Amino acid sequence: MKSSVITFPGSNCDRDMDVALTKFGFKNKMVWHDDKELPKSDLVVLPGGFSYGDYLRCGSMASKSKIMQSVINFAKSGGLVMGICNGFQILVETGLVPGVLLRNKYLEFICKNVFIKLDNKDNPYFKNLDKDIFKFHIAHNEGNYFCTKDQLKEIEDNNQIAIYYCDDKGQTEDQFNPNGSIKNIAGIFNKKKNILGMMPHPERMIDQSLSGADGSLFFKNLINNIK
Amino acid sequence: MLVNEKVAIEHGLKADEYKKICELLKRTPNLTELGIFSAMWNEHCSYKSSRLHLKKLPTSGKKVIQGPGENAGVIDIEDGDAIVFKIESHNHPSFIEPYQGAATGVGGIMRDVFTMGARPIANLNSIHFGSPQHKKTKNLVRGVVHGIGGYGNCMGVPTIAGQTSFDSSYNGNILVNAMTLGLVKKNKIFYSKAAGLDKPVIYVGSKTGRDGIHGASMASASFDEKIEEKKPTVQVGDPFTEKLLLEACLELMAGDSIIAIQDMGAAGLTSSSIEMASKGNLGIEINLNKVPCRESKMTPYEIMLSESQERMLIVLENGKEDMAKKIFDKWNLDFAVIGKTTNSKNIELFFNNEQVTNIPVNTLVENSPMYDRKWKKAKLPKKNKIKKETYNKLKIKDVLKKILSNPNVCSKEWIWQQYDHTVMGDTIQKPGGNSGVVRVHGTKKAVAASVDSSAVYCWAHPLTGGKQVVAESWRNLISVGATPIAITNCLNFGSPENEDNMGEFVECVQGIGEASKYLNFPVVSGNVSFYNQTKEIGIKPTPSIGGVGLIKDYKKMITMDFKEIDNLVLIIGKTEGHIDQSLFARTILDEKNGPPPEVNLFNEKNNGESLLNLIEKDYVKSAHDISLGGIITAISKMSIKGNKGIKLNKSKNLINEIDYLFAEDQGRYILEINPKNIKEVTEILDKNSVHHEELGFIIENDVIINEKTKVTIDELKSYNTNWLNDYMKS
Repeated sequence: MKSSVITFPGSNCDRDMDVALTKFGFKNKMVWHDDKELPKSDLVVLPGGFSYGDYLRCGSMASKSKIMQSVINFAKSGGLVMGICNGFQILVETGLVPGVLLRNKYLEFICKNVFIKLDNKDNPYFKNLDKDIFKFHIAHNEGNYFCTKDQLKEIEDNNQIAIYYCDDKGQTEDQFNPNGSIKNIAGIFNKKKNILGMMPHPERMIDQSLSGADGSLFFKNLINNIK
Repeated sequence: MLVNEKVAIEHGLKADEYKKICELLKRTPNLTELGIFSAMWNEHCSYKSSRLHLKKLPTSGKKVIQGPGENAGVIDIEDGDAIVFKIESHNHPSFIEPYQGAATGVGGIMRDVFTMGARPIANLNSIHFGSPQHKKTKNLVRGVVHGIGGYGNCMGVPTIAGQTSFDSSYNGNILVNAMTLGLVKKNKIFYSKAAGLDKPVIYVGSKTGRDGIHGASMASASFDEKIEEKKPTVQVGDPFTEKLLLEACLELMAGDSIIAIQDMGAAGLTSSSIEMASKGNLGIEINLNKVPCRESKMTPYEIMLSESQERMLIVLENGKEDMAKKIFDKWNLDFAVIGKTTNSKNIELFFNNEQVTNIPVNTLVENSPMYDRKWKKAKLPKKNKIKKETYNKLKIKDVLKKILSNPNVCSKEWIWQQYDHTVMGDTIQKPGGNSGVVRVHGTKKAVAASVDSSAVYCWAHPLTGGKQVVAESWRNLISVGATPIAITNCLNFGSPENEDNMGEFVECVQGIGEASKYLNFPVVSGNVSFYNQTKEIGIKPTPSIGGVGLIKDYKKMITMDFKEIDNLVLIIGKTEGHIDQSLFARTILDEKNGPPPEVNLFNEKNNGESLLNLIEKDYVKSAHDISLGGIITAISKMSIKGNKGIKLNKSKNLINEIDYLFAEDQGRYILEINPKNIKEVTEILDKNSVHHEELGFIIENDVIINEKTKVTIDELKSYNTNWLNDYMKS
């Protein structure tokens, strides 16, 4: 299975994503933001970091970079595109997934483990996973998901909410919401569910020595689903 | 502007220093030249008050590849790998403008590390604030923490450990010390020594602006009521550009076109160009019209003294300019050939086709002033006679609550949760442990790092305090199973012109030297920050020690959380009941006199090495060194982290129970051992003459101290975790 990770100026989780994808069997290529053509890929990943310093607005300049036109075309033709953290911010800036990501509620960067709950396994990312609650890791300053009431109704009607922040039992009370996201939303799909944007970093949890190993389950399952 | 003694004094030079400049030049310097002298001869850049004493520190050893004198120190971690590391202060700017001051401190130290060809793999910091009640403290904490996070997070380098303290002696002068570790191949280390004639001198990175002019001079003076006016001397950081600069430099370094490279830190273009020329025993010629500037009409004086961030100076092989330029173009960074190396041994600057500066390099470096300042030796204070009746009213549980919620002991999670500590995917021990630990990417090895300081001990007796900080750093590394290799130090003191402050400096350095020599734990880099002083009041002497150690197999790393019910808990090292200068004496009894705990280097070495031996044999399930707050504080933290309690045995030690629990005797660790290994463990300890006692065994939920005193884990957590969070939100 072939994957591509896009490196923007200021990306800083690109290597981590490369390590994770390679570890679980992807043949991964690093793609420079200024390239025009996307290599043949089964999965494209927009990694975390601070593309263009997150100046202006997180993800906004990256969403206009040269490679993004190819990524958008790839996504629109049904290709799998996953944006993690800053990658999620870039995805919302392109309009490929609905909503916006505001500054965290307490105006502070947060780096910690959180629990997340999957809502919907009818998609290539989560299909066949045999549990619903995962321990993932977040590290962001602007992860406070927001959308209009109409948008919320639409994404709920279309089952587009990918993951919610919760506790270890899957409860989605306010106190388990680290950043103030509407409805505890941690990740969103597009309508067709081939595009996933999420704040947590599964690539930081691929080994028991790290923050945890739930990321491994995610990647192993992902490559099997794509095969 | 005409240069005379008055102008020189306004530049922070002394009258006799100005006289010496005129003698060396055999003429009066022009304003640009005076600016260059003032930048090179100030305390921050020239180490004029400290050089004499720093020479006495042990700086070499089998594992030392590069000691002090380069951008950072370098140590060997085997298999062709090396670690580049250094700690540096950014105290003065952080007080004036906490966000930018702290951010550029982090940026500056990372540049020092990647200048040498190393990719930064971990950041640490040691930050010290005034009393929590002081009106400025809360905003300073918030600004500094946001600044450190803002820069480090954007760079994608994990912040893996740190230290935070509060003490009223920092009310007018906070301390912000930032440390970075980088990983490099031993045969790809880059140095700042220029070599060869007519080699192009290249400027890369950000453009030069008017920010930070005289930053280094500002950091070489005490504060007064006009401090707010100094804001323009604080640099403004741009971590995004630094990230690009890091990637571009490492890309260029993969080839073999660089002869020398030096970042533009304190005193900017001035010190970087002069240091490269001085080390290479060469001259350097720069055309200032070629320097990329952010603003128009910048003068030679401003260009040379600007401390704009994210800039580097490179001496390149001839003919490699186009190849190098392509790399910097790719990363959207400025690239300009601004001069060349010469055999004149002078620094010659040209502007609008006129020579505006011509100074022999050696007058700026070797001939810079060096002072043997007067200093006063500190006496070891007499033992404080605390009447034991004062203990009668005390309940252990109340005391424990006060100690665990003390600002200097409580959990600093509010701080480190704002630092990305997991990026790069190799952090295997997060902040909040004895040391931070990161794996050496793609290998079985891991590197541990810790940063420590004990200002109260240093204040009570500088010689003992100096030794103690080194010993504590050594213990913190050993507690995670790392073999200590070397240290970097950041020496924060008051004015060297005051005999008492200078004495504190001299004797702390002596203590650091003694301990690092005895423990074979050499000093490979560091910096000195004097004048942490507002008017006449200086800070408590605060040397920060950053220690680095190696874990050969990261699977053998030790953490401090209690692991398993029924495991035995041992203490190694002798408890004598030293209460003077302990947190207990100072905060519970309000007794501020007496000597700090004695540091016995033989015991430190013996106990530490014996523990490493036990860890190597897989006998140790968890470990924690005992420091502030004594045995019971250490145990509480192990319980909180592991979510398990302990039943303490009745101590056979004859000293008072409170003294036993809260004393801060040195050289001690707490270990968790499986009962099946206890025989082997005690045999090894006995064989090595290490004092040990069985403290108790691990149980669920409670810490049972004696028949009358029981504390639940939830209570311990509430004592320890809330203070900082509540304080920052109040």
